[in-house]
Amino acid sequence: MTMLRRYSVHILLILAGGLITWLAYEEMVSLYVLSVLMFMGINVILSASLNLVNGYMGEFSCGHAGFMCVGAYVSSLLGVWLFAKDKVFGPPVLDPDLAIYAFPVVILAGGIAAALAGLLVAIPSYKTRGDYLAIITIAANYIIISTIENIGAIGGSRGFMGMKRVLNAMEDVVYLPWMVIWVFAFTVFTIWLLRRYVSSTFGKGVSAICQDEVAAEIMSVNTNKIKTISFMVSSGLAGVAGGLFAFVVGYVNPGSFNILKSTEALVMVYLGGMGSLSGSVLSAILFTLLLEALRPLQIIKWIVIPLLLIVLMQFRPEGILGNKELGDVFPWLKRFYRFK
Amino acid sequence: MLASILQNIINALQWGSFYALIALGYTLVYGVLTLINFAHGDVFMVGAYIAFFVATFFLSTLGLPGWLVLALTIPATMILTSLVGVTLERVAYRPLRRKGANRLYVVITALMCGLILEHANLAILGASRKAFPPLIKETVYTVGGVSFTNLKIGVIVTAVLVFLFLQWVVTKTRVGMAMRAISYDKFAVPLMGIPMDNIIVATFVLGSGFAGLAGLLFAMSYPVLEPYMGALIGWKAFIAAVVGGIGDIRGAFLGGFLLGAVEIMVVAFFPSTFRDLIAFTVLLVILTLKPTGLFGVAKTTKI
Repeated sequence: MTMLRRYSVHILLILAGGLITWLAYEEMVSLYVLSVLMFMGINVILSASLNLVNGYMGEFSCGHAGFMCVGAYVSSLLGVWLFAKDKVFGPPVLDPDLAIYAFPVVILAGGIAAALAGLLVAIPSYKTRGDYLAIITIAANYIIISTIENIGAIGGSRGFMGMKRVLNAMEDVVYLPWMVIWVFAFTVFTIWLLRRYVSSTFGKGVSAICQDEVAAEIMSVNTNKIKTISFMVSSGLAGVAGGLFAFVVGYVNPGSFNILKSTEALVMVYLGGMGSLSGSVLSAILFTLLLEALRPLQIIKWIVIPLLLIVLMQFRPEGILGNKELGDVFPWLKRFYRFK
Repeated sequence: MLASILQNIINALQWGSFYALIALGYTLVYGVLTLINFAHGDVFMVGAYIAFFVATFFLSTLGLPGWLVLALTIPATMILTSLVGVTLERVAYRPLRRKGANRLYVVITALMCGLILEHANLAILGASRKAFPPLIKETVYTVGGVSFTNLKIGVIVTAVLVFLFLQWVVTKTRVGMAMRAISYDKFAVPLMGIPMDNIIVATFVLGSGFAGLAGLLFAMSYPVLEPYMGALIGWKAFIAAVVGGIGDIRGAFLGGFLLGAVEIMVVAFFPSTFRDLIAFTVLLVILTLKPTGLFGVAKTTKI
């Protein structure tokens, strides 16, 4: 019984992943539902990774979509260059049958590139704080988008496509709904990684920076190192989300990673609550559903969502679960999993 | 050669005037409240639209001559736009301030207010662009190969006058003294019997009013209006304010002209798609080297 309790979360995750994969494989759910589920996973990665910087570290980063853009472009370019015939790159460099093994590597490569782009924010953050850092993150977002728009070879502002061919190459080898599996796997990986990160000894330094940076520095916390690593982890995971996004949609263009997308990520973080991973997961799921429910409203959607956030800020500024985890609100859950 | 340099300088001065006018609004609000009013760029956009409606109203229904319309539109636009700014303050920022909420929440609220203004405009007026009616006859003067219009000169002169006016307000008047007092110590000021809310409203009136003026001038210079016009120019003006050291009026003014000069020079020598890239890179470099801007003073934290 204790064994079952201890591994209940693992078993539950495997069951859930298996169920979704099976449903997708048997085509029992429509493609629309499936894509909403996949966007949910991507949004969970986005909001949880932004929560590391905005919630746990207490810095105000509002250019998260820029890193997503880097990840999306790097992994889709790499995937298409290696495994698909394309107008830009010509014939595939490697055997397309290998795509099935290399796909997670491609996504992770996008994540690593995004983590390196995160240095664009991390290095100025040593000296710059607060509002000024917020501006730097916005500037980084604009710089990334504008750089990609100016590279004509990869489509510029027209965008880049061809990722579907990589997916088809994978499905030719083993017929499975690969995107569903990978989105699920990377979502679980992100939550696991962030949970381990913020509950480690090193992660205590992150909350120390949030409480008082100067005091943390005096208490011999290496703030520069922690900031660098946290920004890199956060932006790297955003890059992973971007890579998955690119492969799910099958088309990327720099315009879809503008400040509006960053705002979406911010809304999810503040809706869920700062410094709460389970809050981020919940709010990402809720927010994705809300976006889909409001889709018929078209442009009004972008009046309703900001209004919602303004009202939230007025009446419950800490979000759904501010600085609490689900286990703190429902203590019986702690029997099944431990957060700290 | 000299003529083309002079021509570029005049263009840069005109382009910088818009940035300077908007940046002054950012810097005023920031100086008093330490709040980045991210909705300010959209207040500028609203100003341009208000100017459009006021001007077409005077032109079509009353049939007044152009110069009279301009003379009536300037104060009307400024007053209506400052009403928008004050409404934002009253509805969104003041309740949060009363609760003593974290500054971050106010910033997010401002960001969201900007989004609402943009998209409400898009939803109400539709995506079609509006053409601003010509109010005054543009005459082109050419002196030694350098050509400029009366409108360009008007824009530059207005920016300088606004700067001098604000400088006078902040340094010489009682309201300005109260503003500086609030920015110095927010907690002691109400104890001195200074009506803090009134001063903050005055700040928003000044900032938004001049954003409306900038909107009017912008609409006259580039007579096509669209809902997203405020977003990018707002960010850029904000960059200008930050580069100059936000909270300092001289900084905002100089920063605006600096950014205008950088952009015009980029467009003159590079493909114009590089404009945003270089402008934002300049910002990043300046903030990395000098975290509080050119005129900013670093705050020390005591434990």
